[in-house]
Amino acid sequence: MDTRKLRRLSETEWEAQPHGKMRVPGIIFADEVLVREMDEKVFEQMTNVATLPGIVKASYVMPDGHWGYGFPIGGVAAFDPDEGGIVSGGGVGFDISCGVRCLVSELTREDLEPVKEDLAHQLSRSIPAGMGRSGRIFLDFPEMDDMLLGGAQWAVEQGYGTKADLGRIEEQGCMKGAHPQDVSEKAKKRQQDEMGTLGSGNHYLEVQEVVEIFQTDIAETLGIKLGQIVISIHCGSRGLGHQIGTEYLREMALMADEYHFKLPDRELACAPINSPLGQRYLGAMRAGINCALANRQIITHLLRDAWERTFPAKASLNLLYDVSHNTCKVEKYPVDGKLKDLYIHRKGATRAFGPGHPSLPPTLQKTGQPVLIGGSMGTSSYILTGVAEAEIRSFNSSCHGAGRAMSRHQALKQWQGKQLVADLEEQGILIRSPSYRGVAEEAPLAYKDVTAVVNIAEKAGLSRKVAKLSPIICVKG
Amino acid sequence: MAGNWELFSHDADMGIRGIGPTFENAFEQAGLALTGVLIDPSQIEAKIPVNISCSDQKIDTLFYDWINELIYEMAHQHLIFGRFEVKISQDRQGQINLQGKAWGETIDLNRHPLAVEIKGATFTELKAEQNENNEYVVQCIVDV
Repeated sequence: MDTRKLRRLSETEWEAQPHGKMRVPGIIFADEVLVREMDEKVFEQMTNVATLPGIVKASYVMPDGHWGYGFPIGGVAAFDPDEGGIVSGGGVGFDISCGVRCLVSELTREDLEPVKEDLAHQLSRSIPAGMGRSGRIFLDFPEMDDMLLGGAQWAVEQGYGTKADLGRIEEQGCMKGAHPQDVSEKAKKRQQDEMGTLGSGNHYLEVQEVVEIFQTDIAETLGIKLGQIVISIHCGSRGLGHQIGTEYLREMALMADEYHFKLPDRELACAPINSPLGQRYLGAMRAGINCALANRQIITHLLRDAWERTFPAKASLNLLYDVSHNTCKVEKYPVDGKLKDLYIHRKGATRAFGPGHPSLPPTLQKTGQPVLIGGSMGTSSYILTGVAEAEIRSFNSSCHGAGRAMSRHQALKQWQGKQLVADLEEQGILIRSPSYRGVAEEAPLAYKDVTAVVNIAEKAGLSRKVAKLSPIICVKG
Repeated sequence: MAGNWELFSHDADMGIRGIGPTFENAFEQAGLALTGVLIDPSQIEAKIPVNISCSDQKIDTLFYDWINELIYEMAHQHLIFGRFEVKISQDRQGQINLQGKAWGETIDLNRHPLAVEIKGATFTELKAEQNENNEYVVQCIVDV
């Protein structure tokens, strides 16, 4: 991105001043290197979002911002329903409630090393990944509706996981306001045999080692130690979320004229929050959030089963936290001295409540909310926590991952999947995937440097680094 | 199935393009491109037929619907397609109707190491038009 279009507010903050139809400024959190690496399209998309009705304060881009559909990925925007504010399918993304959860084991690297191969085999057998692999659960329509209403709470009631897990999931595992009746039959059909599946692309289950601790006190409270083995799961609402995204994007795009929206890009399709379509999308999208929460909960159950078979004496896996990074949620923020309910769109951005936030459970009041940052295959991941100042800085939002640095096409030209798997194995990282081409497209170097992204997220006051994780086994779709 | 297909590069996702002497051929070719995102379509046996119909006011959104219908059938029925047939007609009200058929086989991961899963078609780079060589070109980015 050409930095001449921006005004530098600080070392880590860049502003696009309102011009044309922009109602608010655009703000990018990045250093000079990251901002220069961002595509020009990010600028265009950020400023497009700033033109939407009812937007509050600014259109934000997190340090991992890159090109998305309509909204940039890494985009955060708040809308006020009293000011004609909108809700946008493109502001949430196709994979509704895609997110990361992290589980903490009792093992160390030494415990794991002798059984690594066997564990990789067990995990890839137990957890369906990739296109065309269905789960072992089949939901009929009444069960589907219960799942869409109950989320991870529903999953726990079905015997997948424990009540203790729920306290460590956003919304305590159940997004309120979900309306299964606003989810099409097609979306439900697409999901019937997809519960407990990872999907593909950049989704994965990874066994990782804690290789560095940055905040000893917080790490201790969260139960994280150096050398400990943790497991991260990255996936979303599967076919159901994709179908909801596709159908509502189409409907919102066709309604744009009726709402007198002059959209600079069809993918910005949106509807007023206070409109029948806006309300229907919110009901369906929240059902999609519950689907993602239930899905990650079932995968956790499958993981625990495999773990117990491999480590019967040290089988416990405690949920550290579960975050969603493609959502629209109602949160309270002061606007002109009044506390208001705003609709916060986070697309490829993680909610990051600071210490003492009323939404956090008592056990996380002192630390702030864990913010889980996924790496790309073979690279590091990070555990961060929320900081209080992010409330005024970014509507309590932080980054979500590395973000792609090159296209799948370019990656395919540059790497061979088989060779990549062999190279990573030499570095001690086992990759299990149904497709070598898929592995090549997801090559570690096809992504930006996640360390640079989290360093800036910390420097910019969006969240705080707690621990660095290094991969050992990666099950990919 | 006259014409040809190609994939084109895009940041995080993939572009599909069908080119043919008619819109119908171009739509069919784009079906092959959709399979091409996952695997070489010539490897697919065209034995299970699926009927697809959609209807729209505009040809580009009709293309968006056609691709999304194919994605839905692939996901829901675990099929991968290798052959397509499309008939397009316009009624008196100006509505454009598509009657299509796709033939494929059930996904068998031992024979079909699929690269990714396709989430949906997008409006990005969505085009349905005639080029300077009088060929019909249809294209869009699919989210993977």
